[in-house]
Amino acid sequence: MKIKGRVWKYGDDVNTDVIFAGKYTYTIKDRAEMAKYALEDLDSDFNKNASAGDIIVAGKNWGCGSSREQAAICLKERGIGAIIAKSFARIHYRNCLNEGLPIIISSEIQGLVEKGGDVEIDFDAGEITAGGKKIKFPPYPEFVQGLVNDGGLIPHVKKSLGLA
Amino acid sequence: MGKTFAEKALGRAAGHPVNANEVITVEPDFCMSHDNTGPISRTFKKIGVKKVWKPERLVVILDHGVPAPSSDHAVNHKEAREFMREQGAPHFYDVSSAGGVCHQKFPEEGYALPGQIVIGSDSHTCTYGAFGTFATGIGRTEMAAAWATGNIWFKVPESMKITASGKLKPGVSAKDFILKVMGDVKSDGADYMSVEFHGDGISNMSISERMTLCNLGIEMGAKNAVCEPDQKVLDFIKGREKSSDWEILWADHDAVYAKELKYDLGDIKPGVAKPHTVDNYAEITDVRGTKINQAFLGTCTNGRAEDLRAAAGVLKGKRVAVRTIVIPASWNIYREVMRDGTLDTLLDAGCIICNSGCGPCLGAHMGTLAPGEVCISTANRNFKGRMGDKESFIYLASPLTVACSAVAGEITDPREVFAR
Repeated sequence: MKIKGRVWKYGDDVNTDVIFAGKYTYTIKDRAEMAKYALEDLDSDFNKNASAGDIIVAGKNWGCGSSREQAAICLKERGIGAIIAKSFARIHYRNCLNEGLPIIISSEIQGLVEKGGDVEIDFDAGEITAGGKKIKFPPYPEFVQGLVNDGGLIPHVKKSLGLA
Repeated sequence: MGKTFAEKALGRAAGHPVNANEVITVEPDFCMSHDNTGPISRTFKKIGVKKVWKPERLVVILDHGVPAPSSDHAVNHKEAREFMREQGAPHFYDVSSAGGVCHQKFPEEGYALPGQIVIGSDSHTCTYGAFGTFATGIGRTEMAAAWATGNIWFKVPESMKITASGKLKPGVSAKDFILKVMGDVKSDGADYMSVEFHGDGISNMSISERMTLCNLGIEMGAKNAVCEPDQKVLDFIKGREKSSDWEILWADHDAVYAKELKYDLGDIKPGVAKPHTVDNYAEITDVRGTKINQAFLGTCTNGRAEDLRAAAGVLKGKRVAVRTIVIPASWNIYREVMRDGTLDTLLDAGCIICNSGCGPCLGAHMGTLAPGEVCISTANRNFKGRMGDKESFIYLASPLTVACSAVAGEITDPREVFAR
């Protein structure tokens, strides 16, 4: 699979409260509705203008804090193609994979692209193209790859239980 | 080569010895969820499985918005209630005087047991490490899958060893110690790791203080945090245990650690986490005098009887200068501090006492902030917008610092009060 998208760029330690605010966690239940509030307390430009296929490039520890899965859902529903970060907080890392939202760990891309720039990701080759350069990223662990191939945890579990 | 606590606990659950970085699948001893049980049950139903693998392993405690502050919250509660009934799942703590904040009620009711594996759809599930439990937070989909399959995958974490010796000085609290540790380790310094607290400084601490330490493990990125289960833990769980299948486990002396840190508790000073990150540590002397609009005493971090008594000790015979919200972490604690006169002292000082629950910690209700307002809080997070408005400011501190600051209307060094 290959995707190409416009970049939204962020720094270190972006927490799940600013990705999806706590005050909405029990009032907004519709997945598509969640997308409207994505990054509301972090970046009003993203909140208004992000569109399907866009790619987030961030620093270290993206998604730290609360386990709220809406932080992954609101980005997935917004159509975000992938999140590339130097590192991810572990609960959010699992939430993204479970929701079928591609995430990539890379420490090189941040220096090659700015907000609004283009990034191309070739998942099969494990390669990102940005600023005229190609960067390799490591494949998922085997177990996680199975989850990704099935499109998230629920389809994966259904398949494993013979319910797909 | 010895084993860490995480290697032992996960090895016990896996049924074979395991080492750090190995991926394993285990059956959880208990699965904790709160108001998010409603949405989890919807995801569970999508899988197509009718019954939870073992309904008696579910522990559901409503706390995030109790009593329901809106009909949306009420619908969540209703869904949780109906799901538990339909599943014949017995461990349900509804909106009643049997309830409280999940991370307080869970141990109080005897579900946090040494050597067991607990998963919770809340990041502060790591609190149960105070009882020698391997406890970790997960997301909603992951919980729905665990209910259906009875298992969950883990990468066995590497471990960080934090050793504390000596004693805290008057006016200094366990919260000050962990705020300092968070400032040193940073919010991602323990990412994916198991954090072990060692040393006489920890064994001298009460269960309540150890819960404060383990509660904040996630704020350093940790998968779990844990203290050695000792006699204090055995005394606590005696007569409460909801399972007999537990075992005292602790790290070997020659276990291998990814990182090690050492502290003398005598060197710890009162401190705060400044807005808007948990690792934005400052000693109290650097922020004293900062004007505040609200003080908040409560939460799974610091809403226990010891915390409220410590605050009452400061507030006795004084008046608070700003609105001060007190929320006991459970109704058992509420009764305890009602009976011993703590609540009277707090009311006499001008505090208001709200019902047990998460309250304003996550910006839901009972004390949210207006733009530009500053709150000093005993909670665990000071993220932008956390308490309701993205233009408000949260300082995290100990119950003593919060109480002293509430009286002065500005951030105050509790040592000044203790020196008098």
